[in-house]
Amino acid sequence: MKKLQKADYIKMYSYMLKIRRFEERAAQLYGMGKIGGFCHLYIGQEAVVVGILMTIDKNDSVVTTYRDHGHMIARGLDPKRIMAELTGREDGYSAGKGGSMHMFSKENNFYGGHGIVGAQVPIGTGIAFTHKYNGEKNICRTYIGDGAMNNGQVFEAFNLAALWKLPVLYIIENNKYGMGTSVDRAAAGLDLYKRGEAFGIPGEKVDGMNVFSVIEAADKAGKYVREGNGPYIIEVQTYRYRGHSMSDPAKYRTKEELDNYKQTDPIEIVKAEILKKKIATNDEIEKINKDTLEEIKIAAEFATNSPFPNDSELYTDVYL
Amino acid sequence: MSTEILMPALSPTMTEGNLSKWLIKKGDNVKAGDLIAEIETDKATMEVEAVDEGVVLDLLFDEGEANIPVNKAIAIIGDPNEKVEVKKESPEEKVIEEKKIEKNIEKKIESKKDQIIDTPSPKIEKDINLSSEEITMRQALRDTMAEEMRKDNKVFILGEEVAEYQGAYKVTQDLLQEFGKERVIDTPISEHGFTGLAVGAAFKGLRPILEFMTFNFSMQAIDQIINSAAKTLYMSGGQINCPIVFRGPNGAAAQVAAQHSQDFSSWYSQVPGLKVIAPSTPYNAKGLLRSAITDPNPVIFLENEILYGLKGRVNNDINFSIPIGKANIEKEGKDLTIVTYSIMLQKSKEAASRLKDQYNIDAEIIDLQTLRPLDKETILNSVKKTNRLITVEESWPFGSVGSEIANIVQRDAFDYLDSPVIKVNSADVPMPYSLSLEKLYLPQVNDIIDAAKKVSYIK
Ligand SMILES: Cc1ncc(C[n+]2csc(CCOP(=O)(O)OP(=O)(O)O)c2C)c(N)n1
Ligand SMILES: [Mg+2]
Repeated sequence: MKKLQKADYIKMYSYMLKIRRFEERAAQLYGMGKIGGFCHLYIGQEAVVVGILMTIDKNDSVVTTYRDHGHMIARGLDPKRIMAELTGREDGYSAGKGGSMHMFSKENNFYGGHGIVGAQVPIGTGIAFTHKYNGEKNICRTYIGDGAMNNGQVFEAFNLAALWKLPVLYIIENNKYGMGTSVDRAAAGLDLYKRGEAFGIPGEKVDGMNVFSVIEAADKAGKYVREGNGPYIIEVQTYRYRGHSMSDPAKYRTKEELDNYKQTDPIEIVKAEILKKKIATNDEIEKINKDTLEEIKIAAEFATNSPFPNDSELYTDVYL
Repeated sequence: MSTEILMPALSPTMTEGNLSKWLIKKGDNVKAGDLIAEIETDKATMEVEAVDEGVVLDLLFDEGEANIPVNKAIAIIGDPNEKVEVKKESPEEKVIEEKKIEKNIEKKIESKKDQIIDTPSPKIEKDINLSSEEITMRQALRDTMAEEMRKDNKVFILGEEVAEYQGAYKVTQDLLQEFGKERVIDTPISEHGFTGLAVGAAFKGLRPILEFMTFNFSMQAIDQIINSAAKTLYMSGGQINCPIVFRGPNGAAAQVAAQHSQDFSSWYSQVPGLKVIAPSTPYNAKGLLRSAITDPNPVIFLENEILYGLKGRVNNDINFSIPIGKANIEKEGKDLTIVTYSIMLQKSKEAASRLKDQYNIDAEIIDLQTLRPLDKETILNSVKKTNRLITVEESWPFGSVGSEIANIVQRDAFDYLDSPVIKVNSADVPMPYSLSLEKLYLPQVNDIIDAAKKVSYIK
């Protein structure tokens, strides 16, 4: 693996922080009635998507679930336009028609944002199929929730991907719960990464609170897939600090459990590493904090000032 | 610069909250992400984080204060050196700002209310077993399931989050506690699998009630519903029946966009072998769900999330049922017939009352209750009396329930019609997310009034 440069550390820290600040602001706007419907926050899971991002090629593709704000930020998309989609405005990535769960940016090879559990898995496999078909050296990163790992189409996709050696990297974001159901109440056999074994898909488990572990695994797996060996599964052990969506009081878990995970906060881990390695001073970190807060504040202002879509937009985009 | 921390809405239905505990005090330095307070909502107690940074300049409410409106300032943070600036906002500005906020909340509540006003039906009032107490649709459904589970231990419930979580929409509240985990079963997110399993169990003699968290997810399982549940009695020459209820919320909720807002009533109504029910009030939900659970055939029971909170009086007799296949004449009238079902009943009633007031049109409203088998007789008799028909439903226009009704009426009552039948449906597009577009997408009271004017040739 390529040695991480100083700039990489700063990039990781900034992106993770940006995701967190974005989600906190989204929660606030939801509280003010500016965002409606379902809104699933990524707080606590930042190291997963940022770790994976560090190994991504510009032309690689990504597909994920409805818990997608952080994924888009990590893909380098504009927080202003992401937030504007959350508020249902014209400037949003889906022009206000998709909302929090259904956002896309074809230009950036980001294929959603999918609201139906499991649906993104065959879709990501199909995007990988296209990379191979076109003779491209790119891969598709396909994210899967722990709960989604019990959805039948996931296994059909695994079989197809292995059978046809498709360049797809499956990333299971195991945040311990699918809505209110803990993994042990939903999955027989707790090692989700082993579920590709029968198809000959290698897999491994990674600490998802630690971005450095994620990068290492993502790098190794990415190379394996890019070299044409077929699919690979990484199961990332992570945790969401908030409820499943804004309206979930999360009574199915204890406060101690949550507090425990907060002890290994992914952003704090990077920050400590940066200070220890003297990559940046405390003051420089503080400046990043301030700038990030400001950037997200501006995004929120943009998103609440962007116009609502024109009424005539109701009938556009049904067909090309 | 100082920033107000506002009472947040922590659930889509929350309008006020109680401040159970401050986790900060005056003079504290707070950073974005720090926990600042514990707020008790209508559902639970939740922690609130700071979004902005600064020194806590003032806490505007004491711990324990209750019923603080959403969006009201509860604390002020900022730079202590600029303390003078804190309340710089002129009183007038403040009032304007507060008015704006209040208006916003009102709008939110209004738009919710808009959809769930119920006026008691005169017919129901005559029911001698009518409860004095009003209960919600949610509770009516729950009670009926519990009553049937007490009577017949072959009845059991399965679905996502139905047991420990008490139902994603709390329709199965307390059932786990009463009936235990053998009969109230949480499933993984494996719709195709657990639907097939439930169908198999029904073939073998159990009577499953299968909850889809929403009917949007029944699409993952639609093969088992149609190819297995609906057809096996026929394919087995009458040997194997399938006594199962598929239930859950159907249609649009609030701003959950295209993949979570879809009305499947006409899809399922197309299928021979299925029965399809869509209740509109707590009263008929009770009677119809009982018929569904005791029916020897597969029944699709389409609820509506926005109606879950609708309150009304019910018949408390534990054997009270409403027959499948029978429509209810919700309101008698002589000038035109409105055929509708589910949530659109409420909108149709509102439209009828305005039609009376503004145009002196006396509309008859038929609430279908069952979509398959369709109560043709009640519809035809009404049209023969009023000579005009509009249908009102939330599904897409192509091949909707109204399309079939229009066909039946033109075939069997052609000579009675004084105008073409007009259908009121949702827009022929996927459901958009944005609030303004969502409203345009759904049939509104005004659309019903316009259709009524058209069939009455009123400009
Ligand atoms: C097919 C389907 N069934 C049910 C749902 C409702 N639902 C949305 S998210 C979710 C839990 C998914 O959990 P997981 O896969 O672990 O992802 P996480 O939310 O933890 O990121 C459920 C049941 C859905 N969207 N799609
Ligand atoms: Mg999960």
